[in-house]
Amino acid sequence: MDFDLSDDQRTIKRTAREFLSARYRLDEVRRLALEEPDGFTSAQWEEIAALGWPELADPEQGLGTVELAVVSEELGYALAPSPLQSTWAATALLAAGGRSDALADGRRGTVAMWDADQVGEPDAPTLSTEQDGTLTGFKLAVPDAGFADVLVVTATGGRHFLVEAKAPGVTIVPSGSIDPTRRLFDVTLAGVSGELLDAEPHAFGRAWHSIAIATAAESVGVAERAMEMSVAYAKERQQFGRPIGTYQAVSHRCAQMLLEVEGARSLVYWAAWALDSEPETASVAASAAKAYASDCGSRVTGSAIQVHGGIGFTWEHDLQFFFKRAAALAHHHGDARWHRDQVAEAVLGA
Amino acid sequence: MDLTLSPREEEFRDELRGWLTDNHPGEEPPADPEQFDFRRAWQRRLNERGWAGLSWPEAYGGAGATLVEQAIFYEEIARSGAPPMANVLGLAMGGPTVIAHGDEAQKDRYLSPILSADEIWCQGFSEPDSGSDLASLKTRAVRSGDEWIVTGQKVWTTMARQSKWCMLVARTDAEVPKHRGLSYFLMDMEQDGVDIRPLRQITGEAEFNELFIEEARIPHANIIGGQDNGWAVAITTLMHERAGLAFALQVGIQIALRELVAAARESGAAVDPVVRQRLAQLYIEAQALRLNAYRGLTATMKRGAPGPEGSLGKWHWAEVNQALTELALDLAGARAQLGDDQWAYRFLRARGNSIEGGTTEILKNIVAERVLGLPRAK
Repeated sequence: MDFDLSDDQRTIKRTAREFLSARYRLDEVRRLALEEPDGFTSAQWEEIAALGWPELADPEQGLGTVELAVVSEELGYALAPSPLQSTWAATALLAAGGRSDALADGRRGTVAMWDADQVGEPDAPTLSTEQDGTLTGFKLAVPDAGFADVLVVTATGGRHFLVEAKAPGVTIVPSGSIDPTRRLFDVTLAGVSGELLDAEPHAFGRAWHSIAIATAAESVGVAERAMEMSVAYAKERQQFGRPIGTYQAVSHRCAQMLLEVEGARSLVYWAAWALDSEPETASVAASAAKAYASDCGSRVTGSAIQVHGGIGFTWEHDLQFFFKRAAALAHHHGDARWHRDQVAEAVLGA
Repeated sequence: MDLTLSPREEEFRDELRGWLTDNHPGEEPPADPEQFDFRRAWQRRLNERGWAGLSWPEAYGGAGATLVEQAIFYEEIARSGAPPMANVLGLAMGGPTVIAHGDEAQKDRYLSPILSADEIWCQGFSEPDSGSDLASLKTRAVRSGDEWIVTGQKVWTTMARQSKWCMLVARTDAEVPKHRGLSYFLMDMEQDGVDIRPLRQITGEAEFNELFIEEARIPHANIIGGQDNGWAVAITTLMHERAGLAFALQVGIQIALRELVAAARESGAAVDPVVRQRLAQLYIEAQALRLNAYRGLTATMKRGAPGPEGSLGKWHWAEVNQALTELALDLAGARAQLGDDQWAYRFLRARGNSIEGGTTEILKNIVAERVLGLPRAK
């Protein structure tokens, strides 16, 4: 029994923290989010690719899901705008189908999973194939699609297609995104030929769990940073002649943040460990982690705005980016309600 | 990271499991005095095997078990449905406090009868006007030769009637700031100056008592940890209460949740989408409790103290247990109004969870000040 990061995992976490905090100061995050057309620069991506981070989501590459979770947590803590999370999702599914080579040499990927008529059930895509086997349809809220090389498109019957973003018939246009640190796109497919990924359903299941875990880990990092900002502000901000952190209405709010952040972190590490070491638990653990971390991210960042008062509600304050990132993450790859349904199915039966 | 048991830990679990199968005392009687006698016999059987003082050092009759072995012990006891031991407070709080602060004579005198349940212990900390603000307590001890004469009132004392010794904190110096004038006594309960009155609680039963202390006599030699040093000693006792209980508490939640899932299946409520969401949320929070307890164990073994997650267990547990019993009552539908089943009892009893052993508000203060480093409320 040893529920703690190993020395190597700690080193990875510390290295990621140092790397990301040096490159993504909050003024740079703001610049990328509001001014940089794609939300990141190719130099930034090349550096991340050179570190080998995209391959963290490929189980064949040697590192484990705990390592993936640890780096994802730091990505959230730094609030780094990067197509890394979407590339991880594509990598996990492509690796399940034996095609992780499609993302070699720093190519970027993303997953197109939400159909216009189906918004909330990640496991029930409605896109189906035409008689000639081509794909025609519409996917919304596809993260980072405008600068992805490869799309993994979900379709009926638990099928996953590898589609080159530049393939004929693929149209990608920017859509709105509540989170300015992550661009979303509409993807229209008109008679597109994709490559059906071939894998056991179990392998795709594992990939989806790792995607849920990585997303949950990012929420934990976002929430932790918002909590730290709140605690620092509560120590410094004076009202009625004393720091607002001396008021229990404020300090108890901060204590509640810690309860949720630590609970979410424990669930994420458990799920990550289980995916590699106790597969029979992984499904329920991944959904438990994603459900709890989604709620944690939204609540803690919302509570952080309350601790900051008026300044926290302004455009110039950085909390807006944390609150919005948490809100988007809460809905990526299944929201808390859907994941709780998965837990209920495991605990209670269908 | 490894959430499985090591071969040595597995061996301990298997041995314990086998022993519990052979030695399980069966269903316990519903009420005292039979229930107390039953639990005392059960403790003695465990003590013969060396497991009553599982966490105590071997030099004092304990098993010197690691924290993981203690956790396994709690889990296996709970899983087997075996009753608690009779001398809960002596084992979890009194003994560890004597081991930490007592002198050799005190260790020789008190420790062994705690293990054998020949002498039961109770706790005299809280007073009617001193709950969360424990250091403001008014029970007064006045020196008279080799003795102290004690007068005051204590409340929320469990097992007072069966107890030989009371861990009593009293004011020995009223002239100094409140934390500095307290001493930690072991008071003999078998004397005329101690009047025990049952305190009936929200459930209708009397799990606790009030102590009316009128010129009770305590030998000077019964002070633990030195005169006027009672606050530090009392903190040791409270830390042991919170650390030891945290693990046992989450095990209780896992078992209650299994029962609730079975009840939901049986009543047909398991298909209701709202019930499914609430049950799933409880399952998730129960896992968070369990995992935080494991993280706390690992951190304590590696670094000597739990990390931030260690301060959250008791508070979180109280919330989860209240939510769990509320859902159980909701599942009973109209029958919930009758209040005649075990869930109704647990629903009422759970209201005490966020008060006993440190209110949730005090625990949040502790987290805010000591973990997050927020300034102290004035």
